[in-house]
Amino acid sequence: MINRKNISTLGLAVLASCALAVPAIAVADGKVKVGMITTLSGGGAGLGIDVRDGFMLAIEQSGNKDIEVIIEDDQRKPDIAVQLADKMIQSEKVDVMTGIIWSNLAMAVVPSATAQGKFYLSPNAGPSALAGKGCLPNYFNVAWQNDNLHEAAGAYATDEGYGKSFILAPNYPAGKDALKGYKRFYKGEVAGELYTKLGQTDYAAEIAQIRASGADSVFFFLPGGMGISFLKQYSGSGIDLPVVGPAFSFDQGILQAVGEAALGIKNTSQWNKDIDNPTNTAFVESFQAEYGRLPSLYASQGFDTANLLLSAMAKADVGDADAFRAALKLADFDSTRGDFMFGNNHHPVQDIYVREVIKEGDIYTNKIIATGLTDHADAYAADCSM
Amino acid sequence: MINERVLNTLIALLLLVVPLFAWQLDEPFIITLATKAAILALAGVGLNLALGYGGLVSFGHATFFGLGGYTMGILASHAQSFTPIMESPFLIDGTKSMPIIWLVAIVISAFVAFIIGLLSLRTTGVYFIMVTLAFGQMLYYFSISWPAYGGEDGLSIYVRNEFPGLNTLDPIQFFGICYVLLMVVIFFMSKLNSSSFGLALNSARQNSERVQTVGISPFRLQLVAFTISGAVTGLAGALFADLNRFISPTMFSWHTSGEIMVFIILGGAARLYGPVAGAAIFILLEHVLGGLSEFWHIFLGAILLLVVLFAKGGLIGSVSKKAASHG
Amino acid sequence: MSTILLIEQFLNGIQFGVMLFLMAAGLTLIFGVMGLINLAHGSLYMIGAFAAATVASLTGSFLLAIIASVVAAAVFGAIVEFSILRRLYDRDHLDQVLATFALILIFSEGTRWLFGSFPLYLDVPEALSGTVVLLGDIQYSRYRLAIIFIGLLVAVGLYLLISKTRVGMRIRAGENDREMIGALGIDISKLYTWVFALGAGLAGLAGALVGAIQSVQVGMGEPVLILAFVVIVIGGIGSIKGAFIGSLLVGLTDTLGRVLLPIAFSTFMESSAATSVASSLSSMLIYLLMAGVLLLKPSGLFGRAPS
Repeated sequence: MINRKNISTLGLAVLASCALAVPAIAVADGKVKVGMITTLSGGGAGLGIDVRDGFMLAIEQSGNKDIEVIIEDDQRKPDIAVQLADKMIQSEKVDVMTGIIWSNLAMAVVPSATAQGKFYLSPNAGPSALAGKGCLPNYFNVAWQNDNLHEAAGAYATDEGYGKSFILAPNYPAGKDALKGYKRFYKGEVAGELYTKLGQTDYAAEIAQIRASGADSVFFFLPGGMGISFLKQYSGSGIDLPVVGPAFSFDQGILQAVGEAALGIKNTSQWNKDIDNPTNTAFVESFQAEYGRLPSLYASQGFDTANLLLSAMAKADVGDADAFRAALKLADFDSTRGDFMFGNNHHPVQDIYVREVIKEGDIYTNKIIATGLTDHADAYAADCSM
Repeated sequence: MINERVLNTLIALLLLVVPLFAWQLDEPFIITLATKAAILALAGVGLNLALGYGGLVSFGHATFFGLGGYTMGILASHAQSFTPIMESPFLIDGTKSMPIIWLVAIVISAFVAFIIGLLSLRTTGVYFIMVTLAFGQMLYYFSISWPAYGGEDGLSIYVRNEFPGLNTLDPIQFFGICYVLLMVVIFFMSKLNSSSFGLALNSARQNSERVQTVGISPFRLQLVAFTISGAVTGLAGALFADLNRFISPTMFSWHTSGEIMVFIILGGAARLYGPVAGAAIFILLEHVLGGLSEFWHIFLGAILLLVVLFAKGGLIGSVSKKAASHG
Repeated sequence: MSTILLIEQFLNGIQFGVMLFLMAAGLTLIFGVMGLINLAHGSLYMIGAFAAATVASLTGSFLLAIIASVVAAAVFGAIVEFSILRRLYDRDHLDQVLATFALILIFSEGTRWLFGSFPLYLDVPEALSGTVVLLGDIQYSRYRLAIIFIGLLVAVGLYLLISKTRVGMRIRAGENDREMIGALGIDISKLYTWVFALGAGLAGLAGALVGAIQSVQVGMGEPVLILAFVVIVIGGIGSIKGAFIGSLLVGLTDTLGRVLLPIAFSTFMESSAATSVASSLSSMLIYLLMAGVLLLKPSGLFGRAPS
C-alpha cells in the first residue's frame, strides 16, 4: 500500500545511465492516489510521524484496496515541500494531497495544488489566509483553524473569571494569530503582551516580567521545544499563577519531557483520548496496540483525515470533482471527536475542550474537565464566499 | 583521469541532456530537479568567485540568495495585487517581467554585497566567516518578524513570472532560461578569471603582500569580487523563487549558506564547474537517499565526510588530472 | 521598571552568559590549540544532554547524570578527534566546516534513530528546585544560581589549568608554535586528543545543565552553537578570557535587549506595534553587537592580530 518510491523517482542517475523510465500510468477508475507530504526527519518530526501513523492506521483498518498512499518527507523546509508537491502532481499524478504540519509549508503548497485541481485535506495546519477571503473549494481542513484553540483558551479564561492575563507567543505570524485569537474571547484586561524570539529556549527574562506584572493568569503559545523550556522554567520560578495554553505544548509526545512541571495545567484541544465514543475508544486501543504508544491529537487528526477521505470515496468517484467535493463536505464519517461537520469555508465546526494534565500511573496525560467552546466555527468563515 | 576541460563539457552536456530526455519521456519532475540543480549551481558559481578564487570564506551568501528571492517576491506580489510598492517620492510599481526582476535582484544584491564587503573585509579568516554569518542571521530574523511580506509564513506567487516569447510555466522552457543564464554566467566567470583582475585576485589570495607591493590594493580586488559574487547569488535567488513560486525566510537561513558552500566543496573549490557538479550530485543524493530511509541524513553526512577526507579538490579535482590553481 | 526587576534581569543575563561560556570555552580552546573550526560542538552538547537524561531516568540521580554527560561527550569527542578530525588540522577552514557540518548530520539523525523523535525528560534535582530570596526582595531560581556558580568554577578552573599547570604550559606552547612543541618531544597528538576531550566534556556539561531547564531534543545544539561562535568571535578566537567576557556581553545584551527595547519603543509607539518592532530588533541585537565589535577590533576584543 505504501509505495514510497515510484520507479521514475529513482532519479537522474537511472535516467542518465540507461535512459529508461516508466511513464506514470493513468489511475484506473474508482481508485484514489494520495500524496502525503509531511515532516519525518529533523526537528518537529514527531508531529509528522504521528499524523502519518494515525492516517495509515485508518487506511489499514478499512481494508480498502483502492487507495494508494505515497509518503514523502518535507524536512520542514518550504522549498522541499513545494518540489515534492510538484513531483506528486506532475509525475505521480495523485488525486488527493494531505499531510502538511506547518502553516508556512501549507501556504506554499495548498493554493497551487488546489489550483491544479487536486484536493487537499489538511490534517494539521489551518492558516487564517485559507479560511477567510482566500478559502478554496478543494481545500478541507480536518483539524482546526489556527486560532481555534487559542480562542477556546480565551473563553475558558473568561469563564474562570481571570481579569489580568499575561500573554506571550513567538514573534511570527502564527504567534500573532495566537494572541489575537485569545484576546478575541478573553474579556479581561491584558497585564502584559510579549513576543519572544522564534526558537528561543531561555525564558528567565520573560518569567521575571510575568512576576512583576501583577497578572492573575498566564496564556502562552510556544509550540515544541520552546513550550517544554518555558514550562520547566516557569515551574521552577516559584510563581503559581494559573497557566492556560493550546494543546500543542501538552500533547502526548512532549508531555513526558515536561513531566511534573505540566501537572494541573489547563490546555485546550478539540480531541482527547477520554472522549467517550466507540470510534475514539477503538482508535486509542488500536493505535496503542499497533505502535506501542498513546496517540496524540496529531495522530487523531491523521486518523480522522483518512476516514473522511474513505467516506467520500464510498460516495463518489474522485474523477468527478464536484461529486467528490460534495461527498467530502458532508463529512459523513465517525470522528474520534464525536460530532464533526464542516462550515461554509470547509473548516471544522466542533466542540473545543479544556483539558487538565494528570498523571496516570507513570505516564503524564490529559483529562477533559470542561468544554471551552461549543460548535465553534472560526472568525474568518464570514469572509469566505463559498 | 580526464582533462578538466573535457570533464566540464561533459557536465554541461549532462545537465542539458537529462532534462531533454525527461521531456521526451514526459517526466516533468525530473526537469524540475534539473532546474533546481542549475539554479543552485548558479548560486554556487557566484559564491565560488569569492570563496574559491578570492579565498573569502563567506558563511553568509544566503543573504544574497534571500535578497534575490525577496526582490522577486515583493515585485511580483505587488504586480499580482495591482498595488504600487511606493508612491512617494516617486511611484514604483510591481512587475512580473523576469528580465526586470533579474536586473533589480542583481543591483540590490550587488549593493548589499558591496556594503557587507566594505565592513567585513576588514576582518580575515574565521572572523570573516563569522561576520558574514552575522549579517545573514540579521536578515533572517528580520524577514521572520517583518509582517508585510508574510513573515515566517512566506509569500506565494501564484503564477510564474513572464519572459518575452516563452511560456515559463512549461517546465522545459523555464529550465532553458535557467540553463542559459547559468552558461552565460560561467562564460563570464571564465573570462573574468583569466583577465588581469582574476589573476590579481588569485595572487591576492595566495600572497596579499606581494600584490600590495605592485601597487594593487587587495582590499579593492576582494571587494569587487565579493560584490560580483553577491550579485550572481542574488540572481540565483530570484530564479529559485520563481522555480518554487514561493519565498520564505528559509532562504536567508545559515543552512542555506552552508548548503551553497557544500556544493562548492563537493564539486571542487576554484574549479569553474565545481559548483555545477556539486549541486547536481547534492540534489541527486538528496533525492535517492531520501527514498531509502527516514534517516537519510546519516548517509548524506557520511558521504560528505568521505569526500572531504579522501577527495581533495572535490569530485572534479579527484577525477581530472589538471591540478587546481587552488592549493 | 523597578530596580529590583532590573537587578533580576541583570542576573538572568549573567546566567545566560555563563551558560554560553561553558560552550564557548571548549570551542575557543579547540580553535586556539588545533586551529579547528568545530561546527559539531553543538552535537557534543546534545550528546551530553541525552546521556544525562538517560542516566537520570535509569538511576534517578542528578549527580550521576551530570557525570555521565561529561564522560559521554568527552569520550565521543575523543573518538571523533582520533578517527576523523585530526586529519583536518592542516586543511583550510573550508574543509573543516564541511566535515564538521557532515558530523552534525550524522550525530543528529543518529540520535534520532536511537532515541526517537520525541524530546526526553530531564528535571532539576530536588535540592536545587524552587527559589531563594536575594537582597531581601528578589526571588531567584536556585538552579540558575547553581549554574552561575558552576560556570564561574569552570572559568576559574580553566584559568588555573592553563596558567599554572604543565598541561596548560603545553597548551599555550601549542597555541603559539606547533612545530616547536613537537620539537620539544611532547606527544602532540595525545595532547590534541586531551584538549578536544576537555572541550567536548565542557559542552556535554553545558548540555546536561541546560537540558534540565530546557528541552532535551535532537537539534538542541544548533542555536547554542551559533551563539557560542558569536561569543568567541567577539572575545577573540583562542582566548579563554575573551570567551568569558564575550559570553557575559552576549548574555547581557540579549536579555536586557529583550526586556528594555519594548519599554523604550513603547514611549513613542502604540504598544502592540512597539512589542512587535522591539522583539524583531532584539532578535538581531547580538549580531549587531558582533558586527560592531569586529568593525572596531577585527580580531575580537582579546584576539591576537592575524599573522
